[in-house]
Amino acid sequence: MSKNNKKLLSGTHFMLGNHAVVEGALAAGCDFFAGYPITPANEISQYMSERIPKTGGVFFQGEDELCSVYALSGASLAGAKAMTATASAGFNYMQEGIGYAVSSEIPMVIVDVMRCRGENYATQSDVMQFRWGASGDHEHIVLAPSSVQELFDYTLRAFNLAEKYRTPVFIMSETTISLMREKLVIPEEGGIEIVNRRKPDVPPEEFVPFQAPQDQAPPLPSFGDGYRILHSLNPHDEKGGIAWDPDVFEKLYHRITNKIHANYDDIVRVQDFDLDDADIALVAYGSESRPARAAARIARQKGIKVGVLKLDTVWPVPERHLEDLAKRVDKILAVEMNIGKYANEIDRVCGKHCDIGRVLKNRGEIHTTTEVLSAIEEAAK
Amino acid sequence: MKEHPLWKYLRPNALPHFFCPGCGAAQVLNFFLKAADETQLDFDNFVGIGGVGCAARIPVYMNIESLHGVHGRTIPWATGIKLHKPELKVVIFAGDGDATAIGGGHLIHACRRNLDVVMIVVNNLTFGMTGGQMAPTTPKNMKSATTPYGNAEEPFDICKLAETAGATYVARWTTDKPKKAKEAIKEALSHKGFSLVEIITQCPTNFGRRALSTGSGAQCVEWIKDNSVSLKKAQAMSSEDLESKFVLGTFVKKERPIFRGSSVC
Repeated sequence: MSKNNKKLLSGTHFMLGNHAVVEGALAAGCDFFAGYPITPANEISQYMSERIPKTGGVFFQGEDELCSVYALSGASLAGAKAMTATASAGFNYMQEGIGYAVSSEIPMVIVDVMRCRGENYATQSDVMQFRWGASGDHEHIVLAPSSVQELFDYTLRAFNLAEKYRTPVFIMSETTISLMREKLVIPEEGGIEIVNRRKPDVPPEEFVPFQAPQDQAPPLPSFGDGYRILHSLNPHDEKGGIAWDPDVFEKLYHRITNKIHANYDDIVRVQDFDLDDADIALVAYGSESRPARAAARIARQKGIKVGVLKLDTVWPVPERHLEDLAKRVDKILAVEMNIGKYANEIDRVCGKHCDIGRVLKNRGEIHTTTEVLSAIEEAAK
Repeated sequence: MKEHPLWKYLRPNALPHFFCPGCGAAQVLNFFLKAADETQLDFDNFVGIGGVGCAARIPVYMNIESLHGVHGRTIPWATGIKLHKPELKVVIFAGDGDATAIGGGHLIHACRRNLDVVMIVVNNLTFGMTGGQMAPTTPKNMKSATTPYGNAEEPFDICKLAETAGATYVARWTTDKPKKAKEAIKEALSHKGFSLVEIITQCPTNFGRRALSTGSGAQCVEWIKDNSVSLKKAQAMSSEDLESKFVLGTFVKKERPIFRGSSVC
């Protein structure tokens, strides 16, 4: 059992990916976790059940994923920083509660460790479930880590984004990185940025709970602060009253989706490698960016001008970055571990500016460097 | 004009309510507010929860912190709230469909854990809001929108279910017994642990017309009254005579440690 009661384990570690998620969450101030057993996400809840009670938080094992995700809503509205972790099939069940969190603008962090349907092999096949799984209108923020370090860093960032935009934020983890051990450096306290949700600066009688500029989320008081807010899934007006009015509905969902769109510069992050003079660009996210980068390095040694755009934020789509890239290169190769789902997005944004090729693998295994290298050499012919 | 003594607890911008004439859910709102008033409930440290359905609207009409709008998930919401902020009083208003059909899985686990919340199950024996379909509580052989030849299923006894699963306060009353219903809610509000108060209510629009051939609220209440027996009387009756009867009374009142989380050190 962990004897450590510190939230922040500053220092250098050799750590499992799923455990790095827990440390990232605790570093961000997570004090509520609910989850239901599912492989390959179990090490998150098991390690959390050790760590979070020692740091003053609550661990709850729900009777199913629905219970877990709705418990996050309740805890978050009571003031908690809340997280759950699941894997693809469990993520299905959570979509219902995610829709509710969107509608009432409830901060929470959801980790999905993607697995092949019915098996625990490597895949990126949930990339569209992240985007479109929930019913109703929404824009999600989805971060795609590619290493144990990024699992820590992005989980921490996910909490900050959730608090800032009052919305569920997702970690798109994968079997590959979740069950891998790597070096992890956890910064000192001064090196970590923590964002907490805005609270109202007016008394309850003056506070309009769902009123905010069209590119922002309103402040969020906690239950017990005396603001007496109605949080309903139903269409609601700025006061929170259940109201059906086409104008009110349109305005509400414009703001809920626009608060993500309008803050592209704050939300969207990419990393580029060797793209300055590239003729060919690989676009990859998550663990697939690893063989993509390795293959690009070898191809460079062979004289092929190739680089990599790694998408740290998968949703919203880094459209400006992708379009800018498409205008500079001759060909983009979408590298992906599924039947070619995100490649369609890349095609949509980049297809009018350059050729698009697809480097796909959908057999429960990550691409090898050699496979990606062959695709680069083929494209360079 | 003199203001109604309970008006101060309502949320004016949510009114008028949408209950049909003669609906029992509106009576439950009345019972609850009287119970809250008489026990001087601290409304600043109170959360009212409703899922989806007619009864789920009850907390919408009160000027309180409230959650509403997802079918069957009242208990998960309440679990998150209570585990993070145990000092808040949480009351769930659920219809029989919300509590025992789509939310039935959550109900038994909340009882087992002894989650410290009050759940008022407004049992109108049907899915009223969606048009009177058969519910897990619809009596056997009764007609509904989805059982036009009579219900072929066995109904749940919600109180027995809660008792067996481990609830620490369980009572059943009817809209025909307003004082008893209010007193049970008061007891539940002061009880520590999972408290379930089932109130059998009339739904003239969808249960009355389909199952009882009457759209009159008063006649539906008469039917409930005619089919109710006290716990004391029931103890002397055979199980055959008790079939399709609503047994009224307090079934469970005991102490047990409350739920504080799944991994506590």
